[in-house]
Amino acid sequence: MNDQTRPLTGMAITKEIKKCGITHVIWLPDSRTRFIEEVLASEPQITMVPVCREGEAIAIAAGLILGNKKPMTLHQNTGLFESGDSIRGLGLDYQLPLLMMIGCKGWRGDSLTDSAGIFTAPTLNAWGIKHYLVDKDEHAGLISSAHKEAQETKRPVAILIPEENK
Amino acid sequence: MMNSLEAQKIISGNRNGAAVIATYTTNREWPQASDKPGLDLLFAGGMGKASSLGLGLAMARPDLNVIVLDGDGSLLMNLGSLVTIANVAPPNLIHFVFENGIYRTTGCQPIPNQAKISFAGLAEAAGYANVYEFEEVESLAGKIATVMKQRGPTFVCLKIEPSAKKSPLPYTKTNLEIVGQFKKALAASSVGV
Repeated sequence: MNDQTRPLTGMAITKEIKKCGITHVIWLPDSRTRFIEEVLASEPQITMVPVCREGEAIAIAAGLILGNKKPMTLHQNTGLFESGDSIRGLGLDYQLPLLMMIGCKGWRGDSLTDSAGIFTAPTLNAWGIKHYLVDKDEHAGLISSAHKEAQETKRPVAILIPEENK
Repeated sequence: MMNSLEAQKIISGNRNGAAVIATYTTNREWPQASDKPGLDLLFAGGMGKASSLGLGLAMARPDLNVIVLDGDGSLLMNLGSLVTIANVAPPNLIHFVFENGIYRTTGCQPIPNQAKISFAGLAEAAGYANVYEFEEVESLAGKIATVMKQRGPTFVCLKIEPSAKKSPLPYTKTNLEIVGQFKKALAASSVGV
């Protein structure tokens, strides 16, 4: 599937991200969100910052927010679990308005070998982090509203990007 | 080997308006050394994320030097940050690691591979622009001005005496008050790098 034929396109997501005034995308490659990275990487006003682990991403974003920039994170739901203490100790304790975009491995619950999809929403719920599913272009506006909600509530808010329909 | 607080006093005397992020052992002692508490972020850790937090701030504020006071056990929890920092290469980041070889906060257990690991070697291999290692406080004092003037990222490993003595936690404010004060001081400061 290319970007024009999929129900959710990198172009639509990038348009919303730009509308939010995002300055930095802190990311770890994920096959589920690769189509977004590819479009974002060509945007000169957005700095892409690759990391080695997802917990780093949250902390780097925290430093950027303290310095008055508008970062977002982009990684897989497995990385959400890895970055737990950064989310707690920085995102929640420092009340940071952080937009987290999370590619959801196993979201449709059809994996025989991976529980990542099953635990994603309950984990976010446990932290009190609001989350919104964006799986088609018509829903891309949720990105701007989630970003606004993060700013207003001073909390991380997550956008979940599920696996494509097979 | 050098005394941790003595080393911090030397760093404090040469910070020249830099923001400082201090974590684990150093966040207990830094208030005794610092004369600019507004620009200090005493950071509980986030499992070793002080270096990453410092990287984000250094990117956001290229007009300001950012000093990270890290621990050896702390850095071991976030070793990938060495590569991430070297890749971004912020010229205004100075990353100190206080290598005492133990987890002082949790009861002085040895860090893994305590006697053999080279933090300076790791930073050099990761690609930091400048890497220093100091065994004695006199050598740190003699070189600190040069260290601070380098175009970073700069990594400085300090060999610290292992000591079981812990300064009491310095927190008299909540996390939100600490970070609020830090943000306010950041907004008011603009120091040429």
